[in-house]
Amino acid sequence: MSEHIVPRKIYFSVFAALLVGTAVTVFAATINFGWANDVIAMSIAVTKMMLVLLFFMHVRYSSRLIWVIVAAMFFWLLILLLLTLTDYSSRSWFGPTVIH
Amino acid sequence: MSTHAEAIEQGHGHEGAHEALAHHFDNLEQQREAGALGMWVFIAQEVMFFGGLFLAYLIYRMKYPQAFMAASNHLNWKIGTFNTAVLITSSLTMALAVWATQVGRSRKVQVGFMAATVALGLVFLGVKAVEYYEKYTGGLIPIAGWFDPVGHGIHMPDGVTVGQYQMFYWLYFAMTGLHALHMIIGVGIIAPIMYWAWRGKYSPEYHSPVENFGLYWHFVDIVWIFLFPLLYLLGAHFSAGH
Repeated sequence: MSEHIVPRKIYFSVFAALLVGTAVTVFAATINFGWANDVIAMSIAVTKMMLVLLFFMHVRYSSRLIWVIVAAMFFWLLILLLLTLTDYSSRSWFGPTVIH
Repeated sequence: MSTHAEAIEQGHGHEGAHEALAHHFDNLEQQREAGALGMWVFIAQEVMFFGGLFLAYLIYRMKYPQAFMAASNHLNWKIGTFNTAVLITSSLTMALAVWATQVGRSRKVQVGFMAATVALGLVFLGVKAVEYYEKYTGGLIPIAGWFDPVGHGIHMPDGVTVGQYQMFYWLYFAMTGLHALHMIIGVGIIAPIMYWAWRGKYSPEYHSPVENFGLYWHFVDIVWIFLFPLLYLLGAHFSAGH
């Protein structure tokens, strides 16, 4: 069987990293970093997602065909979010925002 | 071709390999890859499905930041954190269930890991049900005539209207509701998989349903990994806790 079997140790390491990431996200949210709060939270979330994708979902050990599908997923989402944002941002829809 | 014919002559032996190979595939490896590809394309579609809601969240959050922070502050982040830990653990048990079929562990071990996954999933759903009920008694269900936070003692900060507050809760229910629906469907799908695992159907040669269901379950976990900070943690630095 050419299927790669991921050692359990890696699963447990990823699991621990996911829990740590959750704790850090919650802790960082209690401190007011201003706009950086979003950056921190999303950076940690993206890292957790990559860990789940690569190891739990075996993408790290999958064929190029699967990699292409995953990459296409991200690319599509990027277009959806970014292009729509350019549309809204270039109108005065968002208006003046005051973040405490 | 010949191995397939031999398998037919052998009848239904205990070799899951030949039984599981569909006639239009050359070998199990190709079949496995095709099945995984199908599930990944489905997951790509699911990203599109949830992507639309995340986009709506993004736009309205940029439009009404104070309202979203105030509304998020009202959600119980401790419960949210607990549920996040529960779901992450269920992903671990599901990965271990796939592993168990890959290395040929006993049926008891396979089903055990799957049962743990289901149990954790049900815990998550139970907690969500409690949360939803709290919203119901708190006048926060975003239905016309039902949504009345002010009447239930929630103060609107300066510059925040009830309509903006309601937009957050519409997105909260739409996104967590769609997510919960996916979890309920997941629990429904793993049930027959557990049955077949108990019947000894899965082996190192053939365990595609377990592996592909694992992909689905991990995807649902990823969605929650993003939902949690976006919905629960916006207002955490406003005031301590709730």
